[in-house]
Amino acid sequence: MRTSRLALPAAALVVLLAALARASPGAPAAPSAPQHAPVAPAKPAALIQAEPPPFSEGIYPCSACHAEQKDRTRRELGFHEEQQSVFDHDSEHRWCLDCHDYENRDVLRLANGDQVPFTESYRLCGQCHGDKYRDWRAGVHGKRIGHWDGEKTYFLCVNCHNPHSPRFKGVKEIVVDGKRTTAPTLAPMRPEPRPRRPDEMRSPAPASGAGR
Amino acid sequence: MTTEKRTALPVVADAPLDPARRAFLRTAAAGAAVASMSACGVNLDDFLRRHFKELSPEELKRVLAKVEQRNRDRFGKETKVSATGARPGVEFGYGLDLSRCIGCRRCVYACVKENNQSRSNPQIHWIRVLEMDKEHGVDLARAESYYESDAVPRPGKFYFPVQCQQCRNPPCVKACPTQATWKEKDGIVVIDYDWCIGCRCCMSACPYGARHFNWATPTLPADELNPNQHYLGNRPRPKGVVEKCTFCVQRTREGRYPACLEACPVGARKFGNLLDPESEIRRVMETKRVFVFKEELATHPQFYYFYAT
Repeated sequence: MRTSRLALPAAALVVLLAALARASPGAPAAPSAPQHAPVAPAKPAALIQAEPPPFSEGIYPCSACHAEQKDRTRRELGFHEEQQSVFDHDSEHRWCLDCHDYENRDVLRLANGDQVPFTESYRLCGQCHGDKYRDWRAGVHGKRIGHWDGEKTYFLCVNCHNPHSPRFKGVKEIVVDGKRTTAPTLAPMRPEPRPRRPDEMRSPAPASGAGR
Repeated sequence: MTTEKRTALPVVADAPLDPARRAFLRTAAAGAAVASMSACGVNLDDFLRRHFKELSPEELKRVLAKVEQRNRDRFGKETKVSATGARPGVEFGYGLDLSRCIGCRRCVYACVKENNQSRSNPQIHWIRVLEMDKEHGVDLARAESYYESDAVPRPGKFYFPVQCQQCRNPPCVKACPTQATWKEKDGIVVIDYDWCIGCRCCMSACPYGARHFNWATPTLPADELNPNQHYLGNRPRPKGVVEKCTFCVQRTREGRYPACLEACPVGARKFGNLLDPESEIRRVMETKRVFVFKEELATHPQFYYFYAT
């Protein structure tokens, strides 16, 4: 009886600790071990963040130019034409300093004033797009590759959406630090060739080295 | 009318055959069968082999080695052919987000590459992407699978990829006269290409057009051969057998995602264990608007379409 009285709180503690360990901030919630799965207590799935697409050439760190603080009122900029020309993110109401921090241009800024590094930009996106954010953390929105029952790589918002023009248009494959990842494009994607119609396959097969 | 007395019919012997003669006939018949089989290129061992599900571990090992040898002869390449079985406690489910798919066909060609399909003449695609009008919804009478465009998605259109739905009540399995196709414990409907006689009954039984026939010897360049193979999945097929999507059995039984899922640029494809309440596919089933294709046919697919928005 004594052992069982002790065992219960101990087990509860273990479960609690495990839950705490998994609830690491920043990363999408790791799926906890399935409680009803009949077999093999699944190992806590390791989640790996995909490489975000790189900044535009020579644009970072922003503080290289934005050293001193000047006018913070909303206006048309004389610079950053490449962003202003494509800017389509509730452009009627939003402008640079709604997301970029005024005091430190090398980071982003949440609505509550907290600073967020560019590497955690999904926290910024999630303040308005909470439904997508929750789906993304669960693996329903966005893309994951790897193992369905184990280690997987998850892509970030910015791997598919241009933050300045977030409606999805297309993506291209790029290599960052030797790792394959994706970057959003402003042009829509071109489909792969259509399948052949049956009547186009009637001609004899081209002679290739794949005999029976 | 003749009055000739008839004794017995000339073809049937009154007395049982002489045992020696019977043995001779048996041997002669077997010999003729062997001769005719070798004439059409069938190996006696293959012919007398037991059904895949009844193979002993040693027999299975021999069969797999033989497939690897056949690959070597045909492609001059080393391959790894496995026969990993279904994992207990796993039932695969596939989700496809119709509100995300842009019809780019990346999945189609990733599948061809992964699963060693015939590249051309016959060209075999296990996934077919249908283009439909948003105005009319899912309507096969208005679907177009041969669409061509410089850019997708085209205005006013949505895209509906179709592949094997891995039915829980598969009409194809019931139609097969040789039990060459069956449903595995984890839900994958598989084909033993050595057992398939190419009658195509399963193809006419499938309401999804998900089964494909090798009308000619598959054209598969040796340098494009995927060497990671499964006996019931992507091993190279001979002429005259039926093939279909297996949820990439060679990948998913090892815990990996299917190739079409990893190729999808928009993340519209979701895959996981339906029995795991924490899996991505269960999350889809519990929180999204989900439907199955041709529900009225009661095939009960393990492939689900959903709208995330």
